[in-house]
Amino acid sequence: MSRENNTVEPSYLDYKGKYKGIFSWILSTDHKRIAILYLFSLLAFFATGATLGLLMKLELIAPGKTIMTAQTYNAFFTLHGIIMIFAVVIPGLPAVFGNFLLPIMIGAKDVAFPRLNLLSWYFYVAGVTLVLISQFTGQGPPDTGWTFYAPYSFRTTGNMLPAVFGAFVLGFSSILTGLNFLVTIHRMRAPGMTWLKMPLFPWTLYATGWVQLLATPIIGITLLMIIAERTLHIGFFDPTLGGDPLLYQHLFWTYSHPAVYIMILPAMGAISEIIPTFCHKTIFGYKFIVASSIAIAFVGYFIWGHHMFTSGMSGTALYTFSLLTFLVAIPSAIKVFNWIATMYKGSIDLQTPFYWALGFLFVFMIGGFTGLILGSLATDIHLHNTHFVVSHFHFIVFGGTGFAFFGAMHYWYPKITGKMYDTRWANTGLIIFFAGFITLYGEMIFLGMKGMPRRYYDYDEVFHTGNIFSSLGAIVMYFGLAVIIINLIASLRNGAKAPSDPWGGKTLEWTIPSPPPVENFDEIPVITKGPYNYK
Amino acid sequence: MNTILVTHRDDLASKTGMWLFLFTEMLLFGGLFIVYSVYRYRNPIAFHQAAHELSIIIGTINTIILLISSTTIAMSITAIQKKNKKLALLLLGTTILLGLAFLVNKYFEWGEHFKEHIYPGSAVLASRGHGDVLFYGLYFFMTGLHALHIIIGLIFILVVAVSIFREKINPENYVLLENSGLYWHLVDLIWIFLFPLFYLIT
Repeated sequence: MSRENNTVEPSYLDYKGKYKGIFSWILSTDHKRIAILYLFSLLAFFATGATLGLLMKLELIAPGKTIMTAQTYNAFFTLHGIIMIFAVVIPGLPAVFGNFLLPIMIGAKDVAFPRLNLLSWYFYVAGVTLVLISQFTGQGPPDTGWTFYAPYSFRTTGNMLPAVFGAFVLGFSSILTGLNFLVTIHRMRAPGMTWLKMPLFPWTLYATGWVQLLATPIIGITLLMIIAERTLHIGFFDPTLGGDPLLYQHLFWTYSHPAVYIMILPAMGAISEIIPTFCHKTIFGYKFIVASSIAIAFVGYFIWGHHMFTSGMSGTALYTFSLLTFLVAIPSAIKVFNWIATMYKGSIDLQTPFYWALGFLFVFMIGGFTGLILGSLATDIHLHNTHFVVSHFHFIVFGGTGFAFFGAMHYWYPKITGKMYDTRWANTGLIIFFAGFITLYGEMIFLGMKGMPRRYYDYDEVFHTGNIFSSLGAIVMYFGLAVIIINLIASLRNGAKAPSDPWGGKTLEWTIPSPPPVENFDEIPVITKGPYNYK
Repeated sequence: MNTILVTHRDDLASKTGMWLFLFTEMLLFGGLFIVYSVYRYRNPIAFHQAAHELSIIIGTINTIILLISSTTIAMSITAIQKKNKKLALLLLGTTILLGLAFLVNKYFEWGEHFKEHIYPGSAVLASRGHGDVLFYGLYFFMTGLHALHIIIGLIFILVVAVSIFREKINPENYVLLENSGLYWHLVDLIWIFLFPLFYLIT
């Protein structure tokens, strides 16, 4: 049902509030404009992080010093980690697509607390600014890695305080977004939208919201303790004062492992939207996907110890954490089976977002299986702190979340911008990106198994061939990213006008014009059917 | 910018949001309670003896002050429900004064420790061994963070009091007052845990 011709309201892009120019964006409390603010700031930080990553791979193209010193390399992987984790993948899908689509998909006019929503964006920008300030002031940039491990994080002369405080502020932003979404989902669903009639992307945002809310305070207090250690010498984690560095690792991973699910759950939600739309078929096992999202969020709290298998925990702790780690593979696998079963006998429409979803399934499974290898105790001893871990992590976080992000980007692009993108260039970019991605991180698996340690700017001659492949892959991938992003930007100007439902989607966002009007709905819809109602 | 939007008001949503925020506050302190338990378990004797040096009298007075202040803010909500603006303001004023009294006591209490050169990073404290360093480190950090929450709570209550004075908060719309009450109760509750952990378990 298209209401394109009878809209009187201007779209959110045209609507002029009481502010002009840039202020109509940075002072707007419209969830759609805030989403765009997040999108552009996030892409800028992503470009920064990706460039740092590329420079690191160029350093590793040959043994010895190639383009940077050891200290610069340390600073680069630290900044790359902080930016990519705290400023790109954690806010990623919730802040951009969640903000834009959550209210629309549940039939609401905005989130529950629009001003708080804008405040989260300001916290977000302030946090990243602090992190960037740490690079250019004090005695050199932070060099601890994004994990800020004690006791080095309060012994190094690097400029830790602004970076650690920046991460704290970013955590605040994440908490406020999660809180806002939880209340929105509880209070603002359209009449008739019972919990089990809610689409899956909002469902994963709901699970994510709880993780954001209940895990982030732990990192908040841990980072404050690091700040107190550096400024007041309190001794929480300093062995010379009786503190225990291992306790820091426990506290850090108590947040930072659930944080992985903050990254991946909304990604799974986006994939769960894309697949039924392009198969023109109801999602297989809706309730199981819902339950597995909640299960992942829940079990995700109890497996942080698998980051510390070689740190010196008791045998009981090791076995328990290893077992629980394997358990989390079950709900993840349930989702994968459901997605594949959805495709079975569907009438598949091969469009760019669907290719991204297929790419997601492929790299997510590699990421998942390498995760099981790391989750079993004996193999982890060999692979810990090698490039294998780096590869696994990037397959999940960049492969999983990144692929889903770009999939979501191409899926909802017509809705957000009101324009269609150039499919040929979009697919070309995807192919280049995918080839580069697999060469870069696939090779790292083998380098890690052969024992190449991570976080060094130098390596033994035996790893040279593999690193040449890996670094060339990085260049190809970077080029692919450029093609994808340039195509999307160019399509803003050149793209054809998008209809309200270009893909034949059935969720609520496809019932309103593209781009959506300021108030989303002329009248709030009444829901009588499930979200993926295909004949 | 949403000038054309109809104002949407949902008090239950506001309160739900506040409760969720309080969960995060509890977990923030929860991290510290874990650190406290670990180090207490490892240094039982030092923690036991150091606790004797804190003034139970000031601690008890502060506990009573906070409990009364929680009562007064709860009463001010009832007052506004009964449309008694003057009484509501009076009770909020009392809450603020009690909060300030708590901070003054805290100031003198910390001052005593500083006079004896007991503070994080001091040579005197360091010479007394790891258990004492950790006990006082936790003591200053946790009560300091709690005092920071008191200050934030006081500012919040002050803003609410001004809004009542200007009748932005009125018998029809007082959810902000309720939320400030919830926050203040949480600050009180955290103290109820801090007090026995540092002063009473000896």
